[in-house]
Amino acid sequence: MDVIPKWADAILVPLISLLISFALSALVILSIGKDPIEAVKIMVTGALGSSYGWGYTLYYATNFIFTGLCVAVAFHARMFNIGGEGQAALGGLGVALVCLSVDWPHWLVALPVALIAGALFGAAWAFIPAYLQAKRGSHIVITTIMFNFIAASFLTYMLVEHLRPAGAMDPATAKFPAGTHLPSLADALGLVGIPFSQAAPANITFFIALLACYLVWLLIWRTRLGYEIRAYGHSEPAARYAGISPTKIIVVSMMISGALAGCMAVNNVMGEAERLVLNSVEGAGFIGIAVALMGRSHPLGVLLAALLFGFLYQGGAELSLWANIQRELIVVIQALVILFTGALDNMVRMPIEALFLNFRRKAPVEATTAPKPDAKSAQGGHGA
Amino acid sequence: MDYLTLLQILDTTVRLATPLLFACLAGLVSERAGIFDIGLEGKLLMSAFFSAAVAATTGSVWAGLAAGVGASLVLSAIHGLASITFRGNQLISGVAINFLASGLTVLIAQDWFGQGGRTPSLSGDARFNEITLPFAQSLSGLPYAGQGYTELISGHSLLVYVGLLTVPLIWWMLYRTRFGLRLRAVGENPAAVDTAGVSVLRLRYTAVAIAGVLCGLGGVYLATGLQAGFVKEMSSGRGYIALAALIFAKWRPWYALFACLLFGFFQALSFRPDVVERVARIDIPGQFLDALPYILTVVILAGFVGKAIPPRAGGEPYVKER
Repeated sequence: MDVIPKWADAILVPLISLLISFALSALVILSIGKDPIEAVKIMVTGALGSSYGWGYTLYYATNFIFTGLCVAVAFHARMFNIGGEGQAALGGLGVALVCLSVDWPHWLVALPVALIAGALFGAAWAFIPAYLQAKRGSHIVITTIMFNFIAASFLTYMLVEHLRPAGAMDPATAKFPAGTHLPSLADALGLVGIPFSQAAPANITFFIALLACYLVWLLIWRTRLGYEIRAYGHSEPAARYAGISPTKIIVVSMMISGALAGCMAVNNVMGEAERLVLNSVEGAGFIGIAVALMGRSHPLGVLLAALLFGFLYQGGAELSLWANIQRELIVVIQALVILFTGALDNMVRMPIEALFLNFRRKAPVEATTAPKPDAKSAQGGHGA
Repeated sequence: MDYLTLLQILDTTVRLATPLLFACLAGLVSERAGIFDIGLEGKLLMSAFFSAAVAATTGSVWAGLAAGVGASLVLSAIHGLASITFRGNQLISGVAINFLASGLTVLIAQDWFGQGGRTPSLSGDARFNEITLPFAQSLSGLPYAGQGYTELISGHSLLVYVGLLTVPLIWWMLYRTRFGLRLRAVGENPAAVDTAGVSVLRLRYTAVAIAGVLCGLGGVYLATGLQAGFVKEMSSGRGYIALAALIFAKWRPWYALFACLLFGFFQALSFRPDVVERVARIDIPGQFLDALPYILTVVILAGFVGKAIPPRAGGEPYVKER
């Protein structure tokens, strides 16, 4: 069955897809009259050239790890969750409500509560589409898209009508109390003597994201629930036959997915802005789709893809600052990555498979010709 | 609510339903042939931009129309390549197309016009202007019927009438021609079509191309009829609402018309909060009205569709031999 070895499937195919996407992105930059090599230089120095740049790259990567895991977990149950954007926005609401509710004495107390609140709000927002899919058969893709729009309106309403402090003009909550301030990555790395920029927004949520990667791996490949999710994703009739309830798998996997998206809010709302603003998610939920596809729905792959997109995102910000290239360039790159790693996967895979087949067919002829007919006759004898 | 207000809302309904209708019929043709199309949104947006951009530079709305439809066809070709030739996931391909459109339109708009992702506003021949049907002036004095004719039926741009005419045309094509029979068959059982010696690939590519043209017309109407120029993200979820309308209509052309008019009515209501508040007699926040079309979409999908059975081979790439 497996035409190509595992390493080629996991590394070679995504890498070639990525190269094609980048090449096309370079063409886009050329066609709007800018120099792609200059653009890459600006991106690399801006995102990786200083610990300040790294701080932003890791901050964005933290967001994308959560949303990437969100999409990946749903993918394992063959659910396409496009609602990460709305779920992360609702997670932000949960985190904000927790942070503003009491005068927190210390971040160590506030963090777990905020994390749980974000996860719960995100999971709740994913629950309705999941339930409708499981019970009423309304397509999860369309309902989650609708829920993104509804979430945006709902958040505007909450911010404008309820959470905005009296007399404030912009639709945002008040600043969170000082007790909710999360240590920055510089504080954490300073403990082990690594100097790091204090100005960048990366904070200790990055470590929570790494932990989340490990936990998702544990869930999918080392627990009974994970097994059921994967079984359902591979074949619904087979899973049903094995006594796995489709309703349970759809609802549970989608709620885990939504919870992961909701956890992102700890990074961007509690860690960076320290208040809830309009459109705080900034498209991270959608980038999660590209991250999950590139990472082949594996937590390690998601981590690497998230780092890459963190770099692209920060690099894109530098580009719009220094080279007058709109930030939407990132959306184009994201679209191309989704297209080539997701939809046009076979276009990249087919030539590689053909190459490996060719390679394999040649190898036995040169080495030993004997085993082949032997194996065949043995099979034939067994059959008779 | 008086008669004239009702007419105004219905008039807005027809305008807002037109882009939905084009996109919905596009989805209908494509999905009846077994190709899911989440990328309606992106095609609307891309076509809206290119039609507005070309109409603004040439001053001719017809050149804009050609450019818009062309741009939409290019995206259709990508979707066809991914989902027919390379048998990829059709949903993912659609999502990619939506992002591609959303990013490219702003990048190119900034490069061409430098106005932060919009085109200059269109006027005169660069737009599809309102057409006054015969006798509209003389009949406007008549109460009810005459007013209805003048306000509601007359005074739309050409593409609105084209959209309405497309419905019987698509119906006729699907149910009264050999091509339509084959198209529906390829969405239900492509193997049977293949056995009969008809090319599945060609049929599906044709369906995707028709969808591209229809979506293109919807985008052109958006930028040159409904509004006067392109603004960033101007499709604002219409492609997705068209998909919901398609499911609501159970993949049938006449039902699609009514579904689109219904969703258009919801959108028209969100433009008139004063009327909604007067009828409902409560204070409704504006954000709720903004979200209303989306909420109703979810409610309709969840409750009132009944058994909506999609084309059986929908979303499945056709593999000739294993």
